[in-house]
This record gives sequence, structure tokens and C-alpha cells, in this order.
Amino acid sequence: MSAPRQPAGRVRPAPEQRRAFLRKAIALGGGAAASALAGGARGAQGDPAILKLPAHSTGLGKPVASDGYGSPSQYERNLQRRESPGLTRVPQASVAFAPLQGMFGIITPSGLHFERHHQGWWDIDPAQHRLMVMGMVKNPKVYTMDDLMRLPSVSRIHFIECGANTGMEWGNVAVPTVQYTHGMLSCCEFTGVPLSALLDDCGFDSKNAKFVLAEGADGSGLTRTISMDRVLDDAIVAWGMNGEMLRPENGYPLRMVVPGVQGVSWVKWLRRIEVGDQPWQTREEVMHYIDLMPDGLHRQYSSIQEAKSVITTPSGGQALLGKGFYNVTGLAWSGRGRIKRVDVSVDGGRNWRTARLETLVLPKALTRFSLGWTWDGGPAILQSRAIDDTGYVQPKINQLRAVRGTRSIYHNNAIQSWKVAESGEVSNVQAY
Amino acid sequence: MYKLTSLVLAAALSTGAAAQDKYPNVGRTATPAEIKAWDIDVRPDFKGLPRGSGSVKNGEDIWEAKCASCHGTFGESNSVFAPIAGGTNRSDIEKGRTASLLKPEQGRTTLMKLSQVSALWDYVNRAMPWNAPKTLTPNEVYAVVAFILNLGEIVPEDFVLSDANIAEVQKRLPNRNGMTRAHGLWDPKGRPDVNNTACMKDCTIDGRIVSQLPHYARAAHGNLAEQHRLVGPVRGIATRSDAVASTPASTTRTLAEKSGCLACHGISTKVLGPALHDIAAKYKTDGAAEARLAAKIKDGSQGAWGPVPMPPHTHIAEDDIRALVRWILGGAG
Repeated sequence: MSAPRQPAGRVRPAPEQRRAFLRKAIALGGGAAASALAGGARGAQGDPAILKLPAHSTGLGKPVASDGYGSPSQYERNLQRRESPGLTRVPQASVAFAPLQGMFGIITPSGLHFERHHQGWWDIDPAQHRLMVMGMVKNPKVYTMDDLMRLPSVSRIHFIECGANTGMEWGNVAVPTVQYTHGMLSCCEFTGVPLSALLDDCGFDSKNAKFVLAEGADGSGLTRTISMDRVLDDAIVAWGMNGEMLRPENGYPLRMVVPGVQGVSWVKWLRRIEVGDQPWQTREEVMHYIDLMPDGLHRQYSSIQEAKSVITTPSGGQALLGKGFYNVTGLAWSGRGRIKRVDVSVDGGRNWRTARLETLVLPKALTRFSLGWTWDGGPAILQSRAIDDTGYVQPKINQLRAVRGTRSIYHNNAIQSWKVAESGEVSNVQAY
Repeated sequence: MYKLTSLVLAAALSTGAAAQDKYPNVGRTATPAEIKAWDIDVRPDFKGLPRGSGSVKNGEDIWEAKCASCHGTFGESNSVFAPIAGGTNRSDIEKGRTASLLKPEQGRTTLMKLSQVSALWDYVNRAMPWNAPKTLTPNEVYAVVAFILNLGEIVPEDFVLSDANIAEVQKRLPNRNGMTRAHGLWDPKGRPDVNNTACMKDCTIDGRIVSQLPHYARAAHGNLAEQHRLVGPVRGIATRSDAVASTPASTTRTLAEKSGCLACHGISTKVLGPALHDIAAKYKTDGAAEARLAAKIKDGSQGAWGPVPMPPHTHIAEDDIRALVRWILGGAG
């Protein structure tokens, strides 16, 4: 685990004061970052990284298939799923947040997809896994993975967000980086069979059936009610994720995909679908995943993940490398449909500019936005604001609080503010 | 021909249902025994509830043996899971609304939130005990549920819960009328409850920074420099490092060792007491924590992290205690 040797990189000239800050801020982060700074002080002849040929240009590299299932570069190991200390007490009923601060585009690498388990995860033998579809059907059936994977499949890109994402920030700023504020969020291409096809195959009672219950095979036997209109619209019983099978932490070999709906309904290790005519009001529907309102009532079945966005670069816990040009970039998504527009402000919401949406703007999927910004070295507050194709505009935290108070835990889709200090340090703040 | 055979076969296997033939030979009819084995859910109308019964007394015995180590003897423990009982009263039982949900300082227990007794039965049956789910018999589940209900004084001590009287118990749940579905977040066509406008220029803003991370919480999530890529337009900020530890903080660490703190507290692991990093995380947004924790070190404390008490430390000077608290809240680097 020796520190990886880092090629020296060019760093923009910075005023002495800022350079001193940056040295202090990042030199502590390891020799690699420090050497990047040192690259700024190149010799009279030029950059040693160019003038002195490195070993990889003058030697023989490694053979094919030396790592049969490839791994990220050794230089990328800082980007890991991480727990938020103190958030949960038991690692089997906890969350590991995805490192959004280091991701590009809209697809979450399978190994960085966020984790949320209710009673620990398992690596289940797919040959022994079964899915049962029963209840209000003419013919209750059992499917093996062989059966399911013979059926006509679909592949669709969708985001999944835990209903409690950003839940720590209802009252005040509580965590430092976008990994912890927004990292219960991922977006993958899922492959599977539409649940409607299985219901048809079992002859479900289309007249009287109004809901299905999805149940996991893990110890928690997690159960959630899904309304029939969603099931018939776009719910999928999925085994594939980003071109490979689901990872065990994400429900291998079978999970629900319920586009636009909070993650808890995407039941993992799916073993049973029951068709019924009323909601089940399970534990995850009457004790958890309920939103406490100021009048003391809990909202039940709050499911839709409304339009939301966040700037991932620059974001909290980072330091800018001096004045000059930056590509402000982030993610936007809506559980109600497609992202229509994202606006970015660098002055705390007083003035806004419309960002560029990168290609692949898909319904109920992450959408990448970007906007060029030249930092003049002064203080700034960066915000992004998503608008979806229903016309809904992402709200400010004070607008959410005015209706829902500060204790609802779930469905905080507020505009996120990142303060850029004159030192270049970026921090999580609330401003509206 | 094959299709016809398959149809006839499937029809013969299925229990009087018309078989579908769109995907011949994919999947098969579930047997009654298979459905019985997996169809364990209990609905609010108690469809799916097995017959049986269990007493509060019997539930107490099971609780002591299988539940109390995590949940506490009276379901009050907050050390592993959130408390189960507490926060409800007789008036709530009459009205069906938990009044203490209106108190911001009140933590939420299971019984304060629970609106359906069916869910309690279903959950204990499918997911408990924590490390051996689905091992309780139906009568044991009835007994444990009866014991929990008695903790909330919803049923008396001599109560025997059964499939015959559980519907009556539902009518006494403190928060049975505490749920609402009058919001736009379930129906795909539901209307949003909070609206913003897309002002673009000279918009009205408050302008103040109303909240930011307290300085002592900077290190509560570890060294952020080690959570960011080594190249690109930004770097992670170093919030904890050897260099920081060689500043006066390391003197405090020596003080912590000398004072005996580290005999019971690991820096990042739970020993007898909570990890120092966990303490920093727990109080990261609590501006008044410094004074409170100083008093706890001096006078001793019990209950914040579980039943094991921390003894008083009258031998440590007050200045040193304050330094220790600041060091702990700052990440114990």
C-alpha cells in the first residue's frame, strides 16, 4: 500500500497566499497531490514528465488477462463507497454512500453503486433462487432464473435514490461532502423482464387487483406495496446491471426496478410477488419510510423522488486549484419524468444561467449538466436548480421547511449550496 | 401440437385456472405447499395471520432470552436499535394520535409511530430475532407482540393476544389515526406540495449563510483528501493527517492515554465505551456538546451509548477535561 507515484501535472499560477493555502490543504493529502503542485515549478528546460521518459515508455508492459475481471487503477482507490460515521449503529442495517464527487457522465460503476441493507447482504446461488408470483392470479407460478432469463427482456437506464437521501440536512448542515449529502443515489442500465409480463403470464385479475407486494429473500424479508398502475407502466424484475449480473450488494440475482420511486421499493433478492386489492401497510410503510409533518401526522407511501440536482464539481470538502476556468458540473434527475432544464447560480441564487445538458437525457434517469465558470478568486456560492418536463422547479430548503418542517427525514430535494471561499476551499452551507 | 400439449398439461397442473400459452414451458404452477411456505405476509385486515395466541408473561421470557440484548429489557435501549416503547400515553390510546410526535425534542419510538398492529406481528415473524429471523413459532410471535404492547400499556399484564382479539387491540394503538395519504408523492399524477419559480435575474434572496458545518466536525468523516481523486480540477481537503497529529493535538492524545480514556474508548472502534470518532459524529451538529461532555467526563455518565456506565473522573483537571473534549469533538487526531 505504498503511495502511488504521481505524474507531475501542470497547475495554474496562483497568488502566494492561495498557493500557501493549497499547499497546506493538499500537501497533507499525500505525496501524490504535493508532487502535482511541484509540477508547477518546472525546470528551465521544461517539464521532467516530458523530458525524462518514464518506465512505461521505455519498458515492457503487463500481459493480457493478468486480471481476469479488471480493477480500477491503483491511483483511483480514494473513490470508495463509505459509511457516514454515527449515522447508523449496526453495519448490517446501514448505508454506504456512492462517491459522486469523482464520477463522470450518468452511469454509476457497478462497484460504486450505493448500498442500503436492512439485515445484511448475501451472495445467493442463482441456481437455487426462485421467484413466486401468486395472490390474485389464475395460475400462481414459480420461475427459476433459467425461466426468467428466457423471457423477452428490456434494458433501461434509471436512477435509484433512497428516500432518505439528503435526509441528514433537513435541519442544518451535517456532513461535509456530496458523497454524504447526496450519495444514496446511483444510475445504471438495468436488464430484466417487465413485471407486467409475468403478471400476464400468471393471468392476474386485471379488474380487481390494485397493488402488488414485493418481498425479498433476505433475513429482513423486506416488503413493499407497489401500486398496479406503476407495475403496468414501467416496473422491471431485473437481473442485469451495467451489462453484467447485479452485484450481490444490489440484490443478486434478482431485484425490483421501480423507476422514479424511492429505493426501498426496489426490493433486492426478490423472491415473491403477491397480487392484491389493498396496500399491505408493512413495517417499511407504517414505522419507517413515513414522513413526519408539522401537524404530527406521518405521510404514508411518499414514494416519488421529485426533481432534484446537485453540483458534484466543485463541491464540499474540495479545494479549487487556483483562479481561472472551471467546468461546473453535476447531476439532475426527476422521478416524474425527464429533466427539461438545469440552471446554475454562482451568487447564491440571485442570478442564474442555464446549463448545458449532456446527451442521453432520459426519463427517470440521471442527467449530466455542465456550465463554464471563470473563478476570479472571490467568494461565491454555487447552486443548481432542476426543472422537469412537468414544469416542476426544484425548491429551496426554506420552501420545503415551510410546508414539511424539519423532521420528515425523507424526500429532501432542496437546492444544494456550496460556498467557495477566497482560499479556494469549498464547503457545504445552507443559503437561500 | 407442442403448444396444445403444453396447454393441456399446464391446465391439468394448475388448480382449475386457465393457463397462459404465450411463453410455453417457462415457469410452472406453484404447489399449495410452496405457497404456504412463502406466503407469510399479514395484511391490515389480518388476512394471512395464522391462528394462535401468546401471553405477555410468556413474551417476557422470550424477550429476555432473544430480544433484550439488543432492545433492552423494557424495549427502551437506544444502543443498538431505536427504542421500541415510550413516548405514548393513555390519552393517545383513546384518540389514536401520539401527542408527543409534536415535540421536536422527543425521539420517535416504534409504538409512537406504529399505525397497524398487523405490521408489528408481520415484522417480528419475518425478520426477528435479528440474527435468526423466521425462527419464532406463531405462538411465540403472538407472545412477543403482546409483551411489546404491554410495554406501551396498550394491553394489561395478564393479557393473552390471539388471532381472535388482535382486531380489538388495533383499536387501542396510540397512533392508529396518525397516517395520511393526502399528498402528491404516491400517485404518479399527484400534485407537488412545494413549488419554486425559475427566476433568472436579480431574484430575491435572503443572502445569509444560515447553516454551515461546525469547525470541530470537519474531521468527523475522516480525511477528505483521501476521498478524492489525485488529479482533476480540485483536490480533497486534508482534514486529518499525521501532520495534524504532530501539532498540539498529539499532546492531547498523550493526555488521553495518561488519563485512562483509551482503556475503554478506541479512536475509531467501540471497546467498552463508544469510539471517539462516533462521539464526534454524534455531536457534530450540537453546539452545546462541549460543556455537556465535559460534565459527563467529570461526573460520570450512563445511558447515552448503552447500559455500561462511565465512572466519574475527578482526578483529571478541568482544563485537561476541556482539552480532551475539544480533541474528541475535533476527530481525536
